[in-house]
Amino acid sequence: MILSEQKPLEEIQAYLEKDKSVFILGCNGCAQSSGSGGPKQVAEMKDKLTAAGKIVTGTKVIDFLCSKALVKSGLRGRVDQVAAADSVLVLTCGIGIQAVAASINKIVYPGCNTVNMGGTRGEWEGSERCNECGQCLLFHTGGVCPITACTKSLVSGACGGANKGKCEISKDRDCGWELIYNRLKAKGQLNRLADMIKPLDHKKIMPRPEMMSTPLYALENIAKPPAPPAPPAKPANTVKEVKA
Amino acid sequence: MSLQSAIESGKFAISCEFGPLKGTETHEIKENIEVLKGKVDAANVTDQQSSVMRLSGLVTAALCVQGGLEPIFQMTCRDRNRIALQSDLLGAWVMGIKNVLALTGDLPALGDHPQAKGVFDLDSVTLLSAITRLNEGFDMSGNALTGKPSFFAGAVVKVESNTEASEELQIAKMQKKIAAGAKFFQTQAVYDPVSFEKFMKRVEKFNVPVMVGIIPLKNAGFAKFMNANVAGIRVPDDQIQKIAAAAKEDREKVGLEMAAVLIKKMKPMCQGVHIMAIGWEKKVPQIMAMAGL
Repeated sequence: MILSEQKPLEEIQAYLEKDKSVFILGCNGCAQSSGSGGPKQVAEMKDKLTAAGKIVTGTKVIDFLCSKALVKSGLRGRVDQVAAADSVLVLTCGIGIQAVAASINKIVYPGCNTVNMGGTRGEWEGSERCNECGQCLLFHTGGVCPITACTKSLVSGACGGANKGKCEISKDRDCGWELIYNRLKAKGQLNRLADMIKPLDHKKIMPRPEMMSTPLYALENIAKPPAPPAPPAKPANTVKEVKA
Repeated sequence: MSLQSAIESGKFAISCEFGPLKGTETHEIKENIEVLKGKVDAANVTDQQSSVMRLSGLVTAALCVQGGLEPIFQMTCRDRNRIALQSDLLGAWVMGIKNVLALTGDLPALGDHPQAKGVFDLDSVTLLSAITRLNEGFDMSGNALTGKPSFFAGAVVKVESNTEASEELQIAKMQKKIAAGAKFFQTQAVYDPVSFEKFMKRVEKFNVPVMVGIIPLKNAGFAKFMNANVAGIRVPDDQIQKIAAAAKEDREKVGLEMAAVLIKKMKPMCQGVHIMAIGWEKKVPQIMAMAGL
């Protein structure tokens, strides 16, 4: 089980600023039970983005976006709708977003932040990793996570330590930032390399008390603490872009 | 002349570097200061170089100030979070340290305390932003300072890359470092003036001073080791053969002369030189004389 929550609508709209059309993907697994990316939230997101003037070319909720095989088979009937969209918005955890970005030749944007579960982890075989930082940066990095793919979790770009594409820590480990560069290049998004990303906000890494309740799959019924007032919506993590 | 006035006046700036030792013995530092002061514009003081624990770079840089040698305080993000980094920066200014070189730092796993937690709360770019903010009189959270520093901040860039991604990432990051407040760059050691010329043509438009990195060769094994293990260093075969061919008693002189030749060739292309002598710190004035500096 991985816990995720939707990003503020303003942040998602900022990602989609230059796009006319979008395809929305949700997940029937953990994102559904988190209430961040199941059928209900995907339908709601379609209405919100349509109201904001975007063309939603289609939606699909797939069982387990963390499986690249299921992503590809699940989208088989929707190829035209995906192709017609400028980008794909994915409402699920960091692993699912990365698996989708790796599976389709489209620009993929994160619709959710994956939040820390206080130490417990689900298990999944696959190369994508998510450190539950609560401030998903995959918009800036082509759908490859700098926190987990880079040994130093650098947000500003590669250090000087890579040699022939491998990290200084081991010749068996790819330089995470070279993976990011290659992905951005393949998707025509190299301009994202100029994004100035703020240092991680470590306050967001620990879960808030109201998020510590038992998910949908639990058999016992545990009373949730009352929800505190909603935090003010904040824009995307970008400070400014550097102009070459 | 201070490093900042040397660079800003357009004089060819000269820096070198040395690292503190492991322990409380400081005579080596004091000897280096005596040999280098009045010769170089400034000297880098390394920060637990290669993740090997040593005497504090901040204290060593303060000893340089007291001894009359202007230090460039190297600051990595490996061992300190943003609170400690900002606090040490304020402390450095109070001790008379004006130049800071912002670095991300090596991984602890590569040093002599591989069990240590790598911090990396900030990185080289966000550290430069923090320095810029302190210079403006505020900390990273926007709180006003009582008394503010006026640091001259620099950064590093590697000239030699062996993948397209690595080269492009270096250039993109150099631009970010400039945007975040880097006023000068020192490069990783360069042995190929042709590569350096290409690199300088590419970064010319950024209009920021670049000090070319020089490491004098000690012997062929040393050059081969760097080629195999140090990212961003490429010693061409003819230079390895030249140092290998030198008789043992001449080898030091040949190595120093080869460094001087590289400086002469690259001097017209850039704004300064950064000599990393690695144990030969006291020979830096000799290299400078051979290079006509």
